[in-house]
Amino acid sequence: MTILTILIPVTLFMGVVGLAAFFWSLRSHQYDDLSGDAERILFDDDKPLPAKIARTSAKPKETIR
Amino acid sequence: MLLKADATFVYAQQPTAENGKKLDPYQTTAPPCVAPVNNGAAPVPNRGDHGWNAGAGKVPEIGVQDRVAKSSPLDRAQTRASVRPLANGHGHIVLSVPAIHCGACVAAIERSLNARDDVVSARVNLTLRQASVTLASSATDPLPMIENLAALGFDATHADAGGPDNLATDPAGGRLLRALAIAGFGAANIMLLSVGVWSGAEAQTRETFHLVSALIAVPVVAYAGQPFFGSALAALRARRTNMDVPISLGVLLALGLSLFETLRGGEHVFFDAAVTLLFFLLAGRYLDHLMREKARSAVTGLTRLSPRGAMVRQDDGTLVYVQLADVPPGAVLSIAPHERVPVDAIIVDGGTDLDRSLVTGEAMPVTAGPGDMLEAGTLNLTGTVLVRALRTADTSFLAQMIQMQTAAEGGRARYVRIADRAARLYAPVVHTLALATFVGWMLATGGDWQTSAFVAISVLIITCPCALGLAVPVAHVVAAGRLMRMGILMKDGAALERLAGIDHAVFDKTGTLTTGTPTIGAVPDDPAIRSAARALAQHAIHPAARAIAQHLTDLPATICGATELPGFGVEGTVDGRLARLGRADWVAEIAKDSAQTGSPAVAFQGGAASSFDLTETLRPGAADAIAAFKGSGIPVAMLSGDIADRANRIAGAVGIADVRHGATPAEKIATLDALRRDGHRALMIGDGLNDAAALAAAHVSMAPASASDAGRTAADFIFLRDRLDAVPATWRVASETAAIVRQNFALAIAYNCIAIPLAVAGLVTPLIAALAMSGSSILVTLNALRLNRAETPRPQPTPSVSSQQVAA
Repeated sequence: MTILTILIPVTLFMGVVGLAAFFWSLRSHQYDDLSGDAERILFDDDKPLPAKIARTSAKPKETIR
Repeated sequence: MLLKADATFVYAQQPTAENGKKLDPYQTTAPPCVAPVNNGAAPVPNRGDHGWNAGAGKVPEIGVQDRVAKSSPLDRAQTRASVRPLANGHGHIVLSVPAIHCGACVAAIERSLNARDDVVSARVNLTLRQASVTLASSATDPLPMIENLAALGFDATHADAGGPDNLATDPAGGRLLRALAIAGFGAANIMLLSVGVWSGAEAQTRETFHLVSALIAVPVVAYAGQPFFGSALAALRARRTNMDVPISLGVLLALGLSLFETLRGGEHVFFDAAVTLLFFLLAGRYLDHLMREKARSAVTGLTRLSPRGAMVRQDDGTLVYVQLADVPPGAVLSIAPHERVPVDAIIVDGGTDLDRSLVTGEAMPVTAGPGDMLEAGTLNLTGTVLVRALRTADTSFLAQMIQMQTAAEGGRARYVRIADRAARLYAPVVHTLALATFVGWMLATGGDWQTSAFVAISVLIITCPCALGLAVPVAHVVAAGRLMRMGILMKDGAALERLAGIDHAVFDKTGTLTTGTPTIGAVPDDPAIRSAARALAQHAIHPAARAIAQHLTDLPATICGATELPGFGVEGTVDGRLARLGRADWVAEIAKDSAQTGSPAVAFQGGAASSFDLTETLRPGAADAIAAFKGSGIPVAMLSGDIADRANRIAGAVGIADVRHGATPAEKIATLDALRRDGHRALMIGDGLNDAAALAAAHVSMAPASASDAGRTAADFIFLRDRLDAVPATWRVASETAAIVRQNFALAIAYNCIAIPLAVAGLVTPLIAALAMSGSSILVTLNALRLNRAETPRPQPTPSVSSQQVAA
């Protein structure tokens, strides 16, 4: 039964990681435009982001990620 | 010439397009990726919508570029004023682009905007149908971008600055979602540990499991329970009970008892039940919130009708855009065609025709000249006028209407939601029962207060109204989804409850039973007159002229020097003779016989004048809607601000016997208040500014998407499609939902009837509690989902604009 002292913390840790990942995705506006993002994977232009866009990416709300 | 004529025909059709189609007036080709024309979020074209798409030019062949130039100066100034400066020196504007509906649109718009030098970045949100554009500087003019989009075939307007840009601006929803995530995390982990206990963990192991559960449960309940605790506290402070009181009590008691048992080393703890309960209830509450948020953003997405500023004429004659709040009384404003009057004003110079339908309910345009009063919200149709502001925006007609509306809402605030009514009955019964159990066990066990308290609390836990808490919101969420597919927005679940109980229906006339666009009845017999009339009508922007141009099928005559005189009509030379179309007395000036003719009339110089019989267009489905209510035994009345003649004619056409005409806003409220005092619950359907207060005073209200801003704010439901049978359809959905809610309550009560005796007998273990509570929640949810299945096949399979717009 001593294995539980390892397993329980491991379970909780994994749970917390999942929770943190969810909060991160929420905060980085990944749920703002679900239907748009579904279409975006079909776009061809997988170019690296132009420099001028990358520059403003500090403000994710207004800019292209 | 023929080509020109055809172009005009489309142009003339556009603003009336009743079937919800959004025809592009200037383009013969469809936008790049538009398959059916009616996809867009396109706030259904309406008579008030004289924005970009209606265009302001009288000449038909307007290129894409001109259309922006042709838009009113006020529109352009408002667009410029909506650029927000960002901290890093860039500007930011959100453009509402209703025609976006697919990935190709997104790609096309982003590629075109990002290629511009004055754009730092542009990103399209397909869900909201908005383009978020970061401009090189806050002084960048956004108009070229709108032109750019117009060239691609997308009409764009600037979105409301205060509008919901994204989820981040919805703090309540964010909090609920975080609480839900944390409750879900807690519920999953505690359930995992509970399974161990139920499988027979003993002694030390069990106590460890209990302790770990407690460590998870306490912070989780403390965080995720806040929405319920807050609401319960607020209710208790106001000396009321609502559903959150028994919920909070159940959760807190379960937590407290379990903590006590954990410390005592007891066998039964209820951490899993408490946290799972929170999880289920939060899920219900979040869905409910999401539904309202979606409706709210869809409503804000509709074109805004009242101006946010005015073009004020300076001393040197130049026009300067001034925010609405800063327009002083006495300022001289310039109002171009297709603009709405921003504040109450008096005409100083110029003549025009006015559409007062949203303000007073008059269906037909009226002529105005110097000295005439204009109420804020009136639509200027044909000529540019100079007006002097009489009042500030806060004291204008519009603001008075909004005050009236706030005052009228008092009656509705007294409505108590069904869940709270249930809680009022439920809470005392359950709490008395728990007390009785405690006393009973004390007597039976001879004063063993620990056992007695355990049993009494387990009664409270098992009766905790999980199913009751879910019974209503889940049904409402499913109903709201179904309504959205029908193109109907519901603002609040409570409205659905109220709608189910109506016993009266009151309709406004102009803009509700009718579309607000005139149509013509009788036409002149002489083909030469008809073709001249059509040619003249094509050169005018008056709604009557549009109706004539659209209705007549004759080939338009060749015309020279057509000019429109605002307030009078249009004149031009056809076959070398002067011809006029417009006001009867003005046309009579050139006609041979000045016989009594109605307006609008048409005549050649020296010829006989003949008139067109102008009538209002019934909204499609109006008669069906009235018949549906009558067939269900609900009396229907009409409450119109228009004159008796027109009100009676429309009432006769749709079959309403109870007609009140010429009603002022105050009289409309009085009528609805009288109905309320007599114990009736009235449904009000209206659209105008003058209806806004009545919409708020009614038991429940609906407005079309073409309604005034104030009307849309006041109404509980907004139907986006043109057909009026959306009203009885909504009512049917409300009745079905009410039935499902009643079934859910019955299920929840039946569950309690089984669970309570077990609890009172002290037989409830945590396993039974967990099973019973989850079981009843799932049962209630599944029952609510039946609302989707009940959907009858739609009369017409119209994959319309509106449904896609909202469902997306």
